[in-house]
Amino acid sequence: MAKIKGAVVVDTERCKGCDLCVVACPSDVLALSKELNAKGYNFSYMENPDACIGCAACAYVCPDACITVYKVKLQD
Amino acid sequence: MTTNEIINPANLVHKKTDLLTDVPMHYCPGCSHGVVHKLLAEVIDEMGIQEETIGVAPVGCAVFAYNYIDIDWQQAAHGRAPAVATGIKRLLPERYVFTYQGDGDLAAIGTAETIHACNRGENIMIIFINNGIYGMTGGQMAPTTLEGMKTSTSPYGRNVELNGYPLNITKLLAELEGTCYVTRQSVHNVAGVRRAKKAIQKGFENSELKKGTSVIEIVSTCNSGWKLSPAASNDWMVKNMFPAYPLGDLKNV
Ligand SMILES: Cc1ncc(C[n+]2csc(CCOP(=O)(O)OP(=O)(O)O)c2C)c(N)n1
Ligand code: SF4
Ligand code: SF4
Ligand code: SF4
Repeated sequence: MAKIKGAVVVDTERCKGCDLCVVACPSDVLALSKELNAKGYNFSYMENPDACIGCAACAYVCPDACITVYKVKLQD
Repeated sequence: MTTNEIINPANLVHKKTDLLTDVPMHYCPGCSHGVVHKLLAEVIDEMGIQEETIGVAPVGCAVFAYNYIDIDWQQAAHGRAPAVATGIKRLLPERYVFTYQGDGDLAAIGTAETIHACNRGENIMIIFINNGIYGMTGGQMAPTTLEGMKTSTSPYGRNVELNGYPLNITKLLAELEGTCYVTRQSVHNVAGVRRAKKAIQKGFENSELKKGTSVIEIVSTCNSGWKLSPAASNDWMVKNMFPAYPLGDLKNV
């Protein structure tokens, strides 16, 4: 069966740590970092990268267009 | 397959459009304005109309919109965006002209300009960000503020006996002969973002078809003014704003 696997890249300097992507993700992939970016925001990152399905829900709701999404179909 | 292997241009499904500039937007974290800017930039990019589109920016939090979307812009005095857009559209009728306005701008100081541009049926699109408050100036009550809603100038909640009723201006605009498409959308979740994007595209298409004025209200959050987190603001909006300002098309001819 084909399995979908995704990955996201967050522009951590553009991110404002608003948390909306974290809430929107259906697979609990994202979290806000403990570290701060140059503007002092706790940026979003993939805490559980293996769970990402590349659905781009996070990217759709991000007000600052910080998220790039990738997706592959794996055959096994 | 590892994450690093998946992150490869061949597997790309979504990225920021180049029409949205690299200038960081000044909006508060989680503000709806950012999502709407992103959708406008995506639609203009996908329609290939970057060179033919002119935006008119308001006074309000979106006053610097011209820094963020790489098209031609004019900044208007508070509330006057539909009048300025009328002038631009009449001089340059082949351009796609839109205004971008908050509820203070559109439904308070700019009520006359808004109603008359719509009544004349100018072939423009009006993007109306209704967050129920004056965001930029510190969260004062707007005409759209809900009954009982606390703002910095209605600390005990809007009292309709004293302050009048929330102004459903979009409904009024739908009554005017000059409007061809009047819709109310939101950008708080994936389905909402998708629908709002389609509505914006339709607004541009209507301008091209010279059908009249398209009004696209986006029921929005102002988490700073509402004094809630961005996620809690979305929930508050669904619970309190949507009953007063129900989503969907009010007019589509
Ligand atoms: C002629 C004039 N009157 C008043 C102001 C002050 N002022 C600036 S922004 C604003 C209201 C903004 O609210 P809104 O249009 O709802 O936009 P938001 O900031 O919420 O996006 C006001 C009253 C002004 N700049 N010019
Ligand atoms: S692409 Fe989908 S699954 Fe992956 S982080 Fe974003 S919302 Fe979560
Ligand atoms: S939605 Fe965007 S700005 Fe907000 S935390 Fe996620 S990546 Fe950062
Ligand atoms: S004050 Fe409100 S409308 Fe203005 S940028 Fe902040 S959240 Fe957005």
